[in-house]
Parts: sequence; structure tokens; C-alpha cells
Amino acid sequence: MIVSRRKLIGMGAGAAGGLLLSGCDRLNDSPAVRDSLASAEGLTMRSQRLLMGDALAREFSEAEMSPSFRVNGSSRVEDSAYRRLLGSGFAGWTLQVGGLVHRPLALSLDALKAMPQRTQITRHDCVEGWSAIGKWQGPQLGAVLGTAGLLPNARYVVFHCADVLDGKPYYESIDLIDAFHAQTILAWRMNDAPLSEGHGAPVRLRVERQLGYKHAKFVMRIEVTQSLAALYGGKGGHWEDYRGYQWYAGI
Amino acid sequence: MSQPPAPHQDETPAPKGGDSVHRHRWPTRLWHWLNAITLAVMLMSGLMIFNAHPRLYWGHYGANSDPAWLDLEKVNGGIPFPGWITLPSTYSLADARLWHLAFAWLLVLGLLGYLGWALVSGHLRRNLAPRLGELAPAHLWHDIREHARLRFPTGAAALSYNVLQKLAYGTVLIVLLPGTVLTGLAMSPAIDAAWPWLVDLCGGRQSARSLHFLCAGGLVLFFVVHLAMVLLAGPVNEVRSMLTGRYRLPPDRKDAP
Repeated sequence: MIVSRRKLIGMGAGAAGGLLLSGCDRLNDSPAVRDSLASAEGLTMRSQRLLMGDALAREFSEAEMSPSFRVNGSSRVEDSAYRRLLGSGFAGWTLQVGGLVHRPLALSLDALKAMPQRTQITRHDCVEGWSAIGKWQGPQLGAVLGTAGLLPNARYVVFHCADVLDGKPYYESIDLIDAFHAQTILAWRMNDAPLSEGHGAPVRLRVERQLGYKHAKFVMRIEVTQSLAALYGGKGGHWEDYRGYQWYAGI
Repeated sequence: MSQPPAPHQDETPAPKGGDSVHRHRWPTRLWHWLNAITLAVMLMSGLMIFNAHPRLYWGHYGANSDPAWLDLEKVNGGIPFPGWITLPSTYSLADARLWHLAFAWLLVLGLLGYLGWALVSGHLRRNLAPRLGELAPAHLWHDIREHARLRFPTGAAALSYNVLQKLAYGTVLIVLLPGTVLTGLAMSPAIDAAWPWLVDLCGGRQSARSLHFLCAGGLVLFFVVHLAMVLLAGPVNEVRSMLTGRYRLPPDRKDAP
């Protein structure tokens, strides 16, 4: 059989393509490969933090805001206690602050509103690729944590949420660098109105230098911990545990 | 390090068609194959990431209710790029990001290393920068016509890159690769805090995302033409030169002047 060089190469490329495709998925499923790929996350986090220090995320003017801000993730909370609170405008609700703190707190919505407020018009970047610009207002998380007083072994701040996604309670976590960043606030107000249910009433975390899934909605309880290993899936958040997203979402 | 190609040395007789010469130095060969792997992973995982929100916008913001200049949401049931071209082959934004953001480091480090070497070694100035005469319209037009007729340079003329090669390789090295990296970084909320000028230069985060996609498209276009040229110019000789550095100069055509 005479096979031209060009045909041979074509056949070779086809076979290589097929191998590549199944090979790619096999590599994608290999724990060793996934571990080495995931090791880039730490490198990315350290490099980005070195570059940005405590720089602020861009703040926009009112004219630059999105005409409409997309609701994403849970848009409704089914929990009956939550629904009663929502009906009453969160009158009897308190935000629990506990864990590795000197003074555990129970802060009402009025108490959060009475604290010094920060208002910021920022860009919200979803991991999927879209962005929306909105206006957020609330006390700085650093001030709340300062009131509670952190114990020396405190490393992470965990946000326990009222919503359940895919049958699992939503939670998220950040470390103290982001927790004490000036723009990290517990927003109860968005676009000059109290936070709607879809956007995370009564309180949503804003952690402006990370992607949207870190911005926990429906925050009910804040827990300061030394490690993330003992919580739920151990990776520090719902998307990290069940969907394989990076814990550090700076890119 | 191996010796640079020396097309114009007076002491040795000029190589002629059929001679075996040293064509590519090791940094070029190493970087070439590193890129072949890295860019394949970046493209395939990037297309999967695009599938997560198959719409492109201009400006700082852009989501479903905003006007998009490219909307592929209705294509293939909302997953416009099919499994044979994405990594992984079934929908997973998380896995695609795992690959994309790890191989991005290889791309960046390889690019910085190669650009640094190309500058210091003189490769950029001597072999890649077009000479003024080469950019004359008549010369460009002549080269385009010769390429279109598949008459590639032979003999001693094949020792150095022709002007179309220089322009293609230069665009990849100076425009498209740095462009994908910088527009990619401009999509990072952390980098936007660190270097606000970068996202402004792009015209906003959604513009950066659009430009990222267009730069990647440019690289795909280069890849298609590059592969076609390798096949047409003699794949064994070309691939060998990129593996070992040895290149057999194409013999002069009988009808060539």
C-alpha cells in the first residue's frame, strides 16, 4: 500500500487528536494532575497580594452603574424561619458573631446600621464572566470583628448563610487580609434601597477584590476559626467543596 | 548555547540549496514546543470558560440584560463550543479554570523568558524585526504573490525568515501573546485593584474579556496558517528543524533565476 506523506501525517494527526481528547479527560480526572494544577492557586494568591497590597478596588460614579443588576446563585431562601424574618423586615433578626473571639456578638440590623457606614460603587465580577456595577452600603467587617476582638489563633472568617444550594447549606470564608480590607463590608443596602431577597437580604458580604461567589448572601452567622478543615467539605466554601472552585478567587 | 545562524559570514562559503544548516537555536525550539502544549490547553480550557457565559460586551460592565456585540447563547443549546474542542469535554467551568489558571503561569513565564532571551541575544533585532526595505510595498506584494503561488524561498534565501514570516512571528510574540496575557490579567478583580491602568487601557473589564477572545482568535488564525505552511513547505524538514535545529535548505528551483 502506498500512502503519501501528507496522508500519513493527516492520519497521524487524526489519531493524535482522538488520543488527545480522551487523554485530556483522563488527565482531568487524575487526582495527581488536579493536585499539581491546583498548586497554582497559592502562587496566584501570593503574587496578586504582593502586587496589590491593600490597594482598593476601583470605585465608580453613579452614572457608570449597571441599569440592572443580575441576581445569581440562590434567588430565594426556603427556610421557614427566614421567610418569617423577611416578612417582618428582619425585625427580630440578629447577626451572630462567634468562634475565636473575645466577645461573641448578636447584632441587630439596627445595630449594623448604627455603626460607621461605608458606601461604595463597585464592579461585581461573576466567575462565569459577566460584570455588573452596583452601589453597596454597610459597616466594615473589620469594625465588627474589632468589636468582637479576635483571639490570637484566629485565621479565617466564615460566613454561614440561610440559603441551601443543591441540598447543601451555603457558606463561604475569607482570611484576615481580606476581612480587614477597607472595602470588605457587610452590605445591608444596595442601590439606595434595603437589600432585596435576590441579592441576599438582610446582609451580604462584599469582598471587592474577589469573584462573585465569595460574596456570601443571606449571612446569618459569622464564625472566626483557625482552620477551614473541620467545616462542611473542608475547602472553605460551598463552591469550593462541591464544584471544585478555587478558594482564592482573585482571578 | 548553540551558534546563532550566520547567513552573512564572509569566511565560510554561502550555503546553497540542499545544504544542511543549523536553523533554530535551543531557546526557540524549547519555547516552541512548550507553547504548542500550553496554547492548546489555554485555548481548549478557555473555550469552556467562554461556554459559561457565551456573550461578549464592551465597557466596564455587561450581563444578560445588557447589549452584547457577540451572543452565542442560542448556539448548540447554550454551549456553543462542543466537547471535542474544550477541556474538559463535558461542561465544567471549575475544571476549565483549574487548567487555564495553572497553564497561564507556564505561558507567562515562557513568554517572559523567551522575550528576554530574544532581546538580549539579538534574535529579535537580527532575525525577527523586518528590515526597512522588506516593508516596501513592492517587496511585500512580491512576497505575498510568491506565497500565494506556494513558491517559498529556496537556497540561501531560506536561511533567514522572509518578511511575511517576520510579520507573523513578530505579531504573535509582541502583540497576540502579550495581548492575551494582559487582557486576561485585566479580568482579575485583584489585578484591577493593583494596576487600575491595565483595565482602563482595555476600556473596562468586559472590553478586556472581548479583546482576550479576539487575541485568542488571532492566535488560532496564526496556528491554522502556520500549520498549513509547515505542511506545504515540507513537514519532515520543518518539524526536524524545530526538534533538532538541523534544516535542509530547499534546493533551488530549476526555473528560478
